[in-house]
Amino acid sequence: MNKNHRVQSSRSLSAVEVKSKFGAEFRRFSLDRSKPGRFDEFYGLLQHVHRIPNVELLVGYADVHGDLLPINNDDNYHKAISTASPLLRLFLQRKEEADYTAFGTDSLTRKKNTVLSAVLLRPDANRKKPPVIISLPRDFRPVSSIIDVDILPETHRRVRLYKHGQEKPLGFYIRDGSSVRVTAQGLEKLPGIFISRMVPGGLAESTGLLAVNDEVLEVNGIEVAGKSLDQVTDMMIANSHNLIITVKPANQRNNVVRSGGGGGGGGGGAASGSSGRSSDSGASYYGYSSQAAAASMPMHIIQNFPVDELESEDEDLVIEADGEAEPIRRAPSNYSMPSLPRYEPHLNLRAATTSVSSSALSINANGTLPASGSSGSLSNTNATSTTSSPDRATERRSLEEDGTVITL
Amino acid sequence: MKRFRRHGQESQRDRLKQELFQFNKTVEHGFPHQPSALGYSPSLQLLAIGTRSGAIKLYGAPGVEFMGLHDENAAVTQVHFMPHQVELVTLLDDNSLHMWTLRGHKGLSELLEIGRFTLTGPPGAPPSVTRVTAVLAHASGELLLLGTEGGHVFIVEVPGFRELEERNISLDQVAASVPDDYIGRRNLEHVEALQENPINPNQVVIGYGRGLMVIWDLEKQCAIQHIPATQQLESVWWTEDGSYILSSHSDGSYCRWMVGGEDVNEEEEKSDIPYGHFPCKAISKIIQLPTEEGPPFLLFSGGMPRASYGDRHCITVIHSKTHVALDFTSRIIDFFVIRDGLQHTGDPSALVVLVEEELVVIDLQTDCWPVIQTPYLVPLHSSAITCSHHVSAIPLKLWERVITAGELQHTHYSKKPWPITGGQNLAPDPPQRDLLLTGHEDGTVHFWDASGVCLYPLYKLSTAGVFHTDTDPNDNMNQGAEGEWPPFRKVGCFDPYSDDPRLGIQKIHLCKYSGYLTVAGTAGQILVLELNDEAAEQTVEAKVVDLLQGQEGFRWKGHTRLDVREEPVLFPPGFQPFALVQCQPPAVVTALTLHSEWKLVAFGTSHGFGLYDYQQKNNVLIKCTLNPSDQLAMEGPLSRVKSIKKSLRQSFRRIRRSRVSLRKHHVNNTAKLQEANARLEAELAEMELAPVQRKIEARSSDDSFTGLVRTLYFADTFLSDSSHNAPSLWAGTNGGCVFAYMLRLPPVEHRADEPVTAQPAKEIQLMHRAPVVGIVVLDGHGAPLPEPLEVAHDLSRSPDMQGSHQLLVISEEQFKVFTLPKVSAKMKLKLTAVDGSRVRRVGVAWFCSSRTEDYGESGLTVLTNQGDVHVVSLPHVKMQVQYPCIRREDVSGIASCVFTKHGQGFYLISPSEFERFSLSTCHLVEPRCLVEAPLHSGSSNQHRSQPDGASSAHRTRQESEDAGKKSVRGFKESQ
Repeated sequence: MNKNHRVQSSRSLSAVEVKSKFGAEFRRFSLDRSKPGRFDEFYGLLQHVHRIPNVELLVGYADVHGDLLPINNDDNYHKAISTASPLLRLFLQRKEEADYTAFGTDSLTRKKNTVLSAVLLRPDANRKKPPVIISLPRDFRPVSSIIDVDILPETHRRVRLYKHGQEKPLGFYIRDGSSVRVTAQGLEKLPGIFISRMVPGGLAESTGLLAVNDEVLEVNGIEVAGKSLDQVTDMMIANSHNLIITVKPANQRNNVVRSGGGGGGGGGGAASGSSGRSSDSGASYYGYSSQAAAASMPMHIIQNFPVDELESEDEDLVIEADGEAEPIRRAPSNYSMPSLPRYEPHLNLRAATTSVSSSALSINANGTLPASGSSGSLSNTNATSTTSSPDRATERRSLEEDGTVITL
Repeated sequence: MKRFRRHGQESQRDRLKQELFQFNKTVEHGFPHQPSALGYSPSLQLLAIGTRSGAIKLYGAPGVEFMGLHDENAAVTQVHFMPHQVELVTLLDDNSLHMWTLRGHKGLSELLEIGRFTLTGPPGAPPSVTRVTAVLAHASGELLLLGTEGGHVFIVEVPGFRELEERNISLDQVAASVPDDYIGRRNLEHVEALQENPINPNQVVIGYGRGLMVIWDLEKQCAIQHIPATQQLESVWWTEDGSYILSSHSDGSYCRWMVGGEDVNEEEEKSDIPYGHFPCKAISKIIQLPTEEGPPFLLFSGGMPRASYGDRHCITVIHSKTHVALDFTSRIIDFFVIRDGLQHTGDPSALVVLVEEELVVIDLQTDCWPVIQTPYLVPLHSSAITCSHHVSAIPLKLWERVITAGELQHTHYSKKPWPITGGQNLAPDPPQRDLLLTGHEDGTVHFWDASGVCLYPLYKLSTAGVFHTDTDPNDNMNQGAEGEWPPFRKVGCFDPYSDDPRLGIQKIHLCKYSGYLTVAGTAGQILVLELNDEAAEQTVEAKVVDLLQGQEGFRWKGHTRLDVREEPVLFPPGFQPFALVQCQPPAVVTALTLHSEWKLVAFGTSHGFGLYDYQQKNNVLIKCTLNPSDQLAMEGPLSRVKSIKKSLRQSFRRIRRSRVSLRKHHVNNTAKLQEANARLEAELAEMELAPVQRKIEARSSDDSFTGLVRTLYFADTFLSDSSHNAPSLWAGTNGGCVFAYMLRLPPVEHRADEPVTAQPAKEIQLMHRAPVVGIVVLDGHGAPLPEPLEVAHDLSRSPDMQGSHQLLVISEEQFKVFTLPKVSAKMKLKLTAVDGSRVRRVGVAWFCSSRTEDYGESGLTVLTNQGDVHVVSLPHVKMQVQYPCIRREDVSGIASCVFTKHGQGFYLISPSEFERFSLSTCHLVEPRCLVEAPLHSGSSNQHRSQPDGASSAHRTRQESEDAGKKSVRGFKESQ
């Protein structure tokens, strides 16, 4: 098979020579510098020349400074074409295998084994937009964590309790209480919601990120001020598959790093136990104006975790009458990522390249594949998964999750 | 640029929203909760009711009603209309007086509070001095006489509430003139009653609690006569000719005293204890009214023998030889009598009695004194309301048949028209006929005309006849034995006692085109009924449906199935049951729907759902939705109570244990002891305060009642492939599951013999597992599918079957649109995750634009557990508007809410009252009425409600003054 689908490169200045690498394979072709076209056309072309029509790709290129920068929209595509001198080196990665940490202009985040050996390190002032893709959390195994440390006041803590795929109960209780806050009128006692109890062995306790008497300030980016206990309860339960709570810890001593355990059970007595219900006056101690924080917070709430991205976890399961179970595909309009358009090749190329065959995830429309071993409990019902869209790892995960659904 | 354009679109959308939606609470239907005072104006023909919550409601002719609310949250204890005026005065529990008026505004009257007043006594006087106990609105219309607990009578000029101190009648003035031999003269007690002389408004009688009555001349400011009754006084009545005073007393007696004559030691002319011999309860109010020819009417409340009938609520009416003790089912608040004639001076025509739970009007001019059906203030809660169902735009045919069936039930009512006719109803005729059906605890379904301001009872259906119940329905006929004394007669329809709680109606569905009705009850019974204009005797065959389908390991600990009558039962004209399904286990039916075109009924309980073919009378489908680990659903309603008990017991044990352990603890130093005590105290305090905690836990399939069926829906849509539509049944559960079944119906000609089949087609498990409360299929245009048979009656409603259909699943937390037939998520609106509220009630409604008649759009009307109503657009599920509607603490109000198809809604504000609200700019049902100040010709001028035929020079003068004043007032109002 002749894989050298090589485009004649003209040596003239108007042409940009492109060397595209996908896995171990290279393709070379050229583009007209003055008429680069749109990114989606380019993307399609890449899929075409590599003969990987249904593989979702991350496209990166080496800029003049040797940084690996992404190409995912018209702007950075045109930038890449215009700055290529004269060779444009492209690095394609399978999206689900992508190593996002490789991208970036900042040497601090770059790993040593970066594909390019960068020499010059300087912030690129020319770039208008920050890289859209820094990381794609859904490509990782999510775990509970403290997040957004950089944008929150240090008296606050945003905790992501990641329940997905775990048997552990979330496991905590909340109650009404009152907290003292600094306002324009001076100190004011305001009603608040507090964590009242941890369920032993629950997710909340085991992560050690929350503690009894922590005041709950936000639930998934929405302030709880003015909401009743029942409302906050319902909000938390509605978000329980991926719960992000911003708290003001009762114990303000070790604000960023905490060891597990917390002050539960009131055993400590002296420090946290006596302060009881209205233990919360941390704001005034630290000279931090909660007003300012409240004002600035909503903008940042979802900076690190876009809402849509969270929603991609929220997938319903449909069982067809003949025993097929499938997670409900999301309609394209709801994709959180700027979705990459798929290029429909003119020729119906048989997917003969080695890169495709290994992937159980990319399937042509309406094709069925026997569920692999990872689909857990569903496999014993002989269910087959049917997808009509490029599959995602998360969908597979939700299949595992919902394996308990009653079979017909 | 783009941004700018979008902004323009948004503002356009905002304008459209304003044309489509607005929120109003329009009218309250039913009977005011906890009425506490009654007033009546013969000249205005208006009735006023005050309530314990401080509301004041005025009613006249049907449709004429006004409502006011006192700012103070205090009970209204007295209501008095100013004679011949549009003003009325209310006395509240907090001793404040309020003046209200009906003011004209843009051709309509509105009830406004125009003044308030609290008596101020001399400095240092105890509060009792000014505590008002009796109010008399003087015939002049300018004075209020206020009798107080201290025994004084204050005179106040109205409408300005100016105290006329020089005219006050102090206790000392009166006491000084009391005859020395009167035994109670040391302490006359409070002023119990104030009445004026019907023929001479300058004379008033002041009745003191101790029994003494004093006739006082207001002009001369002196006592004219003393009436030395010795029993505790309850009420005073001055007969119309002015010659007698009747007094009623706490020992159950009443006395008649001659007025006039110089004889100071007037003896009572007549004294009687009507139900005497044994000690009697007080007669709280007494009235005597003359008739043109013949003996007068004597009416009094109370006076029953204490031991044997002390618990009865009775009004006795005596006329000539007729003597009846009207026996009410709840406490009597007050009563008055309406009189014939233009000037309302003729024979008594109707007795109006306000009891705690209803208003009863008795026709006094027809033999046997039948009850007149009330057009408003009907007690919705004659038996407790358990559910409601609204049907808009009833076809005329069905409407007339229901009315005819209802009229046959109303034969025992008086034929007389409603006697209270004040004001004019200016509201336009309702654009359509609407029915509100209420299901009740006793197994009845009441059909109400909900088209207009008056919620009028049309028809009542009882399902109890189908079953054997503990009591024979004939028991209630209360045929008093001949010669029974007192001669009781039961009146009123308030009957809160249910024979059997299992009869309670839980779900109702009426097809307005075919007249088929299905109702489902507490013990898993589902009845299918058909409207029949003739009485029929038939046996109702029961079909038992085992919803467990072989699920094992469960025990039903709840109630048993209802016992069906096996012999034929005679059903009166109206809705007659012809099919009965009984679920096993007999749990409450939680979802019900009927498709009259396919002749199918779907029903669901906490265990599963079923599909019943009521033409062939057999089951098509039974599906168990029970989760094997859900013990609670299985055991029935009892176990929950037990668990509360258990948790209580545990917490008590915990307290005890901590005490014991403390005692055991060896405490050797006092500081430690104190500390321990403090801790214990804190612990106890915490328990007493019961710090409310809420558990945060992801929902799982193991939760209780996940199998409870919340909603059922029939749709003709594309369930399995996109080219052929087919009948389908959809069911949503508490656990966030949606089951879809494809139905195969035989062709019409073989409908009776070939079986209907149901094939499982799809099952959707919502990831967030919230209860599914609504399922709607949207057609190719994004409009909800029409109701069954709707297209047959109105071709314009035929759905678009060309474009692809969409499925809208409404859970308590989200609105989610899926494509069909391939179920993939298309759009959603999150509610709970964003603001913490949950969907409690949802309906599909059509909203018309107020500006252009031809524009309208459909939307979802939603009520949340926070008591807010929302409109969500279709098919794009975008939040449109949000209004606070019900207090979030008012759980029963939220649970009772029902939406109409045109953006209105009803919810219970008390067990007996529906509040009606509207989200629509076009469909508003609210009272629009006008009450004009009585412009009486020289003849009308009764002071108080009972003037007499005898006229005097004095009276005529008074009348003309009155008339003149009135016209001035009328002129002012018209400005």
